[in-house]
Amino acid sequence: MTRNQRSTLTQWGVFALGLVILGVTLALTVRWGALADRFFKWDDFSGQFPQIIFEAARNTLIYTVIGFSGGLIFGLVAALMRQSSVPPARILATLYIEIFRALPALLTILIVGFGIPIAFGAENLPSFFRSLYGAGGFALALVSGAYLAETIRAGVEAVPRGQVEAARSLGMTTTQTTRSIVLPQAFRVILPPLTNELVLLLKDTSLLAVLGVAIGERELTTWGRTFSNSIGNYTPLTAAAVCYLAITVPLSQLVKYVEKRTKAGQR
Amino acid sequence: MTDGQAETSTAPTVEIRNLHKRFGAHEVLRGIDFHVNDREVVVVIGPSGSGKSTLLRCVNLLETPDQGQVMIDGTDICQADTDVNEVRRKIGMVFQQFNLFAHLTAVDNVTIGPRKVLKCSKIEAEQTAQALLDRVGLAEHANKFPAQLSGGQQQRVAIARALAMNPEIMLFDEATSALDPELVGEVLGVMRSLADEGMTMMVVTHEMSFARNVADRVVFMADGVVVEEGTPEMVLENPQHARTQQFLQQVGDR
Repeated sequence: MTRNQRSTLTQWGVFALGLVILGVTLALTVRWGALADRFFKWDDFSGQFPQIIFEAARNTLIYTVIGFSGGLIFGLVAALMRQSSVPPARILATLYIEIFRALPALLTILIVGFGIPIAFGAENLPSFFRSLYGAGGFALALVSGAYLAETIRAGVEAVPRGQVEAARSLGMTTTQTTRSIVLPQAFRVILPPLTNELVLLLKDTSLLAVLGVAIGERELTTWGRTFSNSIGNYTPLTAAAVCYLAITVPLSQLVKYVEKRTKAGQR
Repeated sequence: MTDGQAETSTAPTVEIRNLHKRFGAHEVLRGIDFHVNDREVVVVIGPSGSGKSTLLRCVNLLETPDQGQVMIDGTDICQADTDVNEVRRKIGMVFQQFNLFAHLTAVDNVTIGPRKVLKCSKIEAEQTAQALLDRVGLAEHANKFPAQLSGGQQQRVAIARALAMNPEIMLFDEATSALDPELVGEVLGVMRSLADEGMTMMVVTHEMSFARNVADRVVFMADGVVVEEGTPEMVLENPQHARTQQFLQQVGDR
């Protein structure tokens, strides 16, 4: 046995020993029966399906899509404004980014959700904004936009200056250069952090419950809590957790695949 | 310039008068007078830091001059009311680091200028691009990305990209300096054939053989001024200034 093999074997030995100790401790201390009874009751679990998918998972996805598309727009505009040569544009973008990154997402959702109907009068708002989809989605977009702005800016700054010079020397305008040369390359660079923001936002949709949720507007976490209360068993929370995993795990795998494919050709 | 066509004009294509440019405390260009005539190949040589690249980059306003005039076809492009993009589309530029668009294939690199700036149709632009890639010997590499091409191939795509705009003048900023020695020849070959076809060219280079064999006129710059200029024979074989003699000795007259 070489030195290297011996040290690898020792590492695995220590790992296995730790696992056994942890397993024994848990087996002796955790009340498995009660846990299985309250969190993993098969009938209550299967009873959640398929409605949990058609209502709760669907709503989670809708809030995420609205929040993320809005966030991308806010973030892109803020990122470009922050690099503008016009000082007021820079100041405005910096203010937006600093404020919404400094506030807890929950607080932003509360202020936006309750503040906008008071500010403009609920009866003056378009019906979309009176629903949780509009109000909540807008609040989430504001929050994620502030974070996305910084991510997008980092991506734009990662594009070499020579790319811009080459485009400008062909006679392309600043706008054409940004749209056709800089942004496509920037988005390739920031694809991994962008997915990260998407997953964070997906989980933040659970915060929208604080605005009060109508039947049909429930997302996964709210669904889990509501039905846990009504049937006196926590299994619906487990079902919600399974649904979150079923969305996020394939998503990150998909992004990994796309990343690998775009990298194959370039750089 | 009056209403005459560019072809019949006697004014130089590029004329620079008393050009000054400083970066911070360092004055890179200290009063340059320089011109390139129609269909002329002018090679600018000089030690690094002499301001040759800055001079070249002032011609298409990648650098903004502090003082002086840059006239293209008789129009001073430093005036505030000049449409910079309009000027640049007539001036092709080839960079030391190639600067091919990394997210586009070779053919898309060549078509993007005509499509976005000249508003050519996709089909028309692609036909031109294929012809140009064929001309630089890369027809079979049209669908490759820059990272899949060698440095010499990338630089030839970059030349095709600049030619696709049908420029009146081509600027070469040390186009072969970033290349492995065995790849220099293929790029110089393309540049030489362009010169033979009568393209107006301004070339900043360290390739003395190119200066000797292709240039109509050689300009030697040092410390932000033009020290000496004339035919290749005059400047390279029989330099009058000590600074020129010293430089030519140092580069070993490659």
